[in-house]
Amino acid sequence: MDALVNKRIAKVLKGDQNAFAEIVELYQNQLYQICYRMLGNKQEAEDIAQEAFMRAYVNIHTFDQNRKFSTWLYRIATNLCIDRIRKKKPDYHLDAEVRGTEGLNMYSKIANDDELPEEELMRMEVQERVQYEISRLPDKYRAAIVLKYIEELPLAEISEILDLPLGTVKTRIHRGREALRKQLSNL
Amino acid sequence: MNACPENVLHLMDDYLDGDISQNDERQLREHLESCSDCRKLYQELSKTIAFVQSASHIQAPADFVQKTMARLPKEKQRAGVQRWFRRHPMLAAAALFCVLMSAALFTNFNDDQQFAFTKQPNLVVEGQTVVVPEGEKVVGDLTVRNGDLRVEGELEGNVTIVNGQYMASSGVITGEIEEIDKAFEWLWYTIKNGFKDAAAIFDTDGTQTDE
Repeated sequence: MDALVNKRIAKVLKGDQNAFAEIVELYQNQLYQICYRMLGNKQEAEDIAQEAFMRAYVNIHTFDQNRKFSTWLYRIATNLCIDRIRKKKPDYHLDAEVRGTEGLNMYSKIANDDELPEEELMRMEVQERVQYEISRLPDKYRAAIVLKYIEELPLAEISEILDLPLGTVKTRIHRGREALRKQLSNL
Repeated sequence: MNACPENVLHLMDDYLDGDISQNDERQLREHLESCSDCRKLYQELSKTIAFVQSASHIQAPADFVQKTMARLPKEKQRAGVQRWFRRHPMLAAAALFCVLMSAALFTNFNDDQQFAFTKQPNLVVEGQTVVVPEGEKVVGDLTVRNGDLRVEGELEGNVTIVNGQYMASSGVITGEIEEIDKAFEWLWYTIKNGFKDAAAIFDTDGTQTDE
């Protein structure tokens, strides 16, 4: 996989833009998923995921090919997501006030733009709830939890993506886990 | 909870991280069997993880690749040039040097369109012509730019005429006469002089070391 990606990168470095399309093809789903789980919004997820690919393309010459490309790419994306979350924090607090009463309705708007059969909707309820609970986590725990439990990456890789020592990553996952447990205690 | 060893929470975290030794795992299991509070906590945490992991994998929109590619900057060629410079810094430096050098030389040549000559006493100027008058003697090298030279008297030294003519006359010149007319020759002349100067430096160095 890495050798394959490095071949594409070599082509991109020579000015072949189409080779980059193949890289986007390979990583689009994982990257979009990380962004979606971090941001909880399809439009924003798409925007940030595209922005991350764009920055990867522009800065491709700074990528060290002895390392894992996905780690580098995820790092760009998580940083962009965290920036975005911090920028819209005031909005987030407004959302939080509504949370107790109409929170679920609000979040259901996000995923519900397609018409779906009833049993499908029943399944959607759980999915919405998961996304909703992840969105309630403080952003620094959110990144760690998403990378660990949604992307199922090894701790060492998460530590590299977030540019944090392994111990800090563990602490964030533990605290995130504990926060989620409390949030779900009334489930 | 009071009776629980302090490290049970750490053991539980390690276990859930999938990073626990057999010994610690046995210790944790033994404790969980005997302590209902810790067992409840462990079950809740396991449920939490299972809940988060139940999040279905989502796919990027169908036109994602196309949209992303459309957003990339369209500077293929410029990027290519930049990369080339980055890979061959010496060549880049040499190329830059050549460009600047020739630019400097040509501008020099083109900008110096006005009439100029080496200031020497007893030279006479008639319009665009420098004249060494009859009966006078000029000592030293003489350079005339964008003008002609007529020697009626005596000139002791070398003569260089750029974009002009030496008009043969009855005068005497003890030295070399050089006429430069075209930009290319001007360039060649400059380079040749550079080498002469350099050679002169080496010569002096040589004699100094010989002594």
